Amino acid sequence: MIVRHITALLKGLSITLKEFFSRKSTQQYPEEKRQPYAAYRGIHYFRPGENGEERCVACGLCAAVCPNHCIFIEAAESEDELKHPERQYAEIYSIMLERCLFCGYCEEACPKQAIALSRRYDMAVNTRNQMIYTKDKLLAEGLELDEESVGGEIKKTGRRSLWGA
Amino acid sequence: MLNMGPQHPSTHGVLRVVLEMDGEIIVDLRPDVGYLHRGIEKIAEHRTYNQVLPLTDRLDYVSAAINNLGWVETVEKALGLEVPERAKTVRVILCELQRIASHLIWLGTHALDIGAMTVLLYCFRERERIMDIFENYCGARLTTSCFRVGGLMRELPEEFEGLVRDFLAYFPARIEEYDGLLSANPIWLKRTKGVGVIGARQAIDIGLSGPALRGSGVARDIRVDEPYANYERFKFIVPVGKKGDVYDRYQVRMEEFRQSISIVRQALDYLPNGPIMADAPQIVPPSKEAVAEDMSALIHQFKLLSKGYKVPAGEIYHAVEAPKGELGFYLVSDGSEMPYRLKIRGPSFVNLQALYQMSKGCLLADMVAIIGSLDICLGEVDR
Repeated sequence: MIVRHITALLKGLSITLKEFFSRKSTQQYPEEKRQPYAAYRGIHYFRPGENGEERCVACGLCAAVCPNHCIFIEAAESEDELKHPERQYAEIYSIMLERCLFCGYCEEACPKQAIALSRRYDMAVNTRNQMIYTKDKLLAEGLELDEESVGGEIKKTGRRSLWGA
Repeated sequence: MLNMGPQHPSTHGVLRVVLEMDGEIIVDLRPDVGYLHRGIEKIAEHRTYNQVLPLTDRLDYVSAAINNLGWVETVEKALGLEVPERAKTVRVILCELQRIASHLIWLGTHALDIGAMTVLLYCFRERERIMDIFENYCGARLTTSCFRVGGLMRELPEEFEGLVRDFLAYFPARIEEYDGLLSANPIWLKRTKGVGVIGARQAIDIGLSGPALRGSGVARDIRVDEPYANYERFKFIVPVGKKGDVYDRYQVRMEEFRQSISIVRQALDYLPNGPIMADAPQIVPPSKEAVAEDMSALIHQFKLLSKGYKVPAGEIYHAVEAPKGELGFYLVSDGSEMPYRLKIRGPSFVNLQALYQMSKGCLLADMVAIIGSLDICLGEVDR
């Protein structure tokens, strides 16, 4: 009986001892940041158009498909042909990130491939107001993000072969 | 009287147990649930069928993919929709990986409750690999939302098979490690053998399901008894225990690790080519390419995503084998785009009822082991 217990104990200890010499599997977070995969569903951004125009035409499909109704859009007509080739644009576009489920439905629904989710995941802020992402913020986010942080190829094509029937 | 929880680390969330004690012996107990109630069933009545899907992630948040599967299959059943074979096989692969991930959490926390801290660290290390696979596929680690009514969210990425194969090669040796650490460990045996015994008859009466029921020797597994997805295609054993104590439930889940690995391997070898979405334009939105080029597809997309689709009036019950037991969705439809009523049978909630029978007359410290062996998830208990 005692022998059996001791062997069982030694077996367990040998496993833990083995781990002592194996490679570390932890990361020191704030210093070493983990890079998520390309498909990661992080903070939203507006993809810039090819000629600097705004892609969003304020159709409201993202707001309709959102399970938590956290997108608010108000459309308006524009005279600026260069910036808004389709005339209609979003005068107000805001996302309440506190309510967002990060399901990615808005990205899947967008027929203009204007809105997308980036690979950024650190979204801690000091006040609740900062969690409301306005259009300016989303556009800035889109310009700021480099290829690496949105996931290379995805930024170019703006889709992940979603809903692919 | 003794209040255990709701902020007690070994209650696995916000469970409060009101205990009546006689010294160290439990005379009476009453679990008090509801601290994590979010009213998911009620919210679902105001969401279209597609919009309910992200909510199901939040039921049992450590096995989101299986909840997703339960929901989409319920809706598919109500619609009479047939899903392509490839989509079904991918669903099986992801769900079995999710089962392993959920059991890893169970093993880690269960061992931690009983005092073996090392196992927790190892379990989370392995789980991280599964999380990577999920993140690579659907873009989220926990709240996956990875299936869609009619098929899958997307085609498999290139790295997917490599990642899963790596995991399959890596994981079996790790199971042996846990086995070596725990199965014969005298402290572990003392804490688990003969504790929290529940007989087969009583377990059925309470309505236990999943590993908690199989630990008592009842070979009931929905994957075998009422196959869904394409589980009938894969060969696996349903492990059962003998006595129904904590140790038997532990052994059942350890064996389920091995069976899940075997199912994933079979499914990956079988994985056929073909479409990933059902051919049902009434339900499945058009592809992004079609939307960009074709005006009628664009209009169709608008109609489908903003209004949702109608589900024929009627009542449907569909259950899947979640890591914790039988996860059932009872859906009442009045023929509109939103569920009229949705009842979710959360296995954790039903299994929690057995806590009284299992721990009455036990030591207080043993109840911690019993809660661990029931493997409850409070997100699912309270919904």
